[in-house]
Amino acid sequence: MRRALAIVRAQLRASVALALQYRLEFLVEGALAILWIAATLVPVLVVFGIRDAVVGWTFPEMLLVLGWFVALKGVLEGAVSPSLTTVIEHVRTGTLDFVLLKPADAQLLVSVAKLEPWRIVDLAGAGVIFAYAFGKLGRAPTAGEVLAAGAMLVGALLVLYSIAILVVSIAFFAVRVDNLLYLFQSVFDVARWPSTIFRGFLAVLFTYVLPLALMTTYPALALLGRLRLGTALGALAGTVAFAAFARAVWTLSIRKYTSASS
Amino acid sequence: MSLRAAARAYPALLRTGFASAVAYRAEFLIWMFSTNMPLIMLALWAAVARSGPVGAYSERGFAAYYLCTLLVRLLTGSWVVWELTMEIRQGVLAMRLLRPIHPLVAYSAENLAAVPLRGMVALPVVCILMWSVRGQLGHDPFLWIMLPPALFGAWLLTFLVMALIGTLALYFESATSIFEAWLGVSAVLSGYLVPLDLFPQAVQRIALFLPFRFLLSFPVELMLGKHGAQHALALLGAQWLYVAAALLATNLVWRAGLRRYAAYGG
Repeated sequence: MRRALAIVRAQLRASVALALQYRLEFLVEGALAILWIAATLVPVLVVFGIRDAVVGWTFPEMLLVLGWFVALKGVLEGAVSPSLTTVIEHVRTGTLDFVLLKPADAQLLVSVAKLEPWRIVDLAGAGVIFAYAFGKLGRAPTAGEVLAAGAMLVGALLVLYSIAILVVSIAFFAVRVDNLLYLFQSVFDVARWPSTIFRGFLAVLFTYVLPLALMTTYPALALLGRLRLGTALGALAGTVAFAAFARAVWTLSIRKYTSASS
Repeated sequence: MSLRAAARAYPALLRTGFASAVAYRAEFLIWMFSTNMPLIMLALWAAVARSGPVGAYSERGFAAYYLCTLLVRLLTGSWVVWELTMEIRQGVLAMRLLRPIHPLVAYSAENLAAVPLRGMVALPVVCILMWSVRGQLGHDPFLWIMLPPALFGAWLLTFLVMALIGTLALYFESATSIFEAWLGVSAVLSGYLVPLDLFPQAVQRIALFLPFRFLLSFPVELMLGKHGAQHALALLGAQWLYVAAALLATNLVWRAGLRRYAAYGG
């Protein structure tokens, strides 16, 4: 375990150093991230210029969901996707051999291979959105609510990462399909709305099959103190099962890997 | 290069472009499926409209709006900016410059050739959905006649803006960042996220004059029958003025840029 942490630390240091070489890009990409957060907010601002509540969610409550969405999107596009895209590239060119030969867990190595540190702007943006939302609500969340939200957030990150690993595992079987991760990124946009927005088939799909809506809705409900303990524990149990499944698929895929180069 | 030579070569270029789109069909489909923002926005607005219509839009009205948006986006999509900036950076452009056809003409053929395949994949689905909201679509046949030139104008404007920004890669490296910024502003002001007539008056007034509207919202407005024939004709004229301006600008920037181009890599 200590060794794994040391590896993660070393990998992260290397990828941050690599990204910080391009300082101008840091500024430009940071500015772009702010622009995209603004574009994300526009539809909600327009909606709540017209209505006071949408399917039971008021403006500040909806902002909490959007805050989690902006933060998770930042993690997905700043850390998870860049790293896992390199895996697809490794599989295609056959250089995954070099990763597999290293005396450490391959999944761990590839998962922190590449970072886009300017995506920290997304996390800051989410912080501003939270501050504004709680200003509007006229209260601060209690320690217990923050703790519950933190637990739900860890669960959400785990699910996010597990889905990405599952998507990448497809690369071992269908090498030519290298834009699947991009597809997942665009499907993740669904998570910007509370899960109750969706009805019928879509509600089932985004709650149970591809639990995107829950990733942002549950942490937001936790911050509002509205998440029931049973629901939270159920969600966490589901998360752990899902992560274990993803891990199993990954190991199975690695076993299928026949180097493309040699 | 003469215009006649380009016109003679164009059908062959279209055929090869179509063949390459068919060859990479799995990727092609995935790119298409990742265009899902109109449906995500529809989910929000449908939920809003459940408690009564918003402005001119009922729940069905929103469905019609966003389905038209999806269709227009799929039919007018282009990707030349990514290809152009990459080829400039890697020096592949040098090879294109050797060919007896203007590189931008060749790119336009490649991009245009993907439209029929996209149409074939999207049309059956969209037609069925459109049928379910047919009451919301426009009834004036004149507007429907104007739709093809409006769609072509939207495609051409999209392509030219991409080509223009992509050409900037001849001057500096972060041309794709400029395009991303354009995308962000365009998402808001072209009606991709929110119908333009739901914005506050002040924003609307600006958005209606900027080029973004003619990339997406204008063909959608025609399909929904939002304008009288005369007004629509004036808008079509305005769209093609923007197309002409973009063509001129792209040409100027391309010529000046090529003079400084020193193929890296070679």
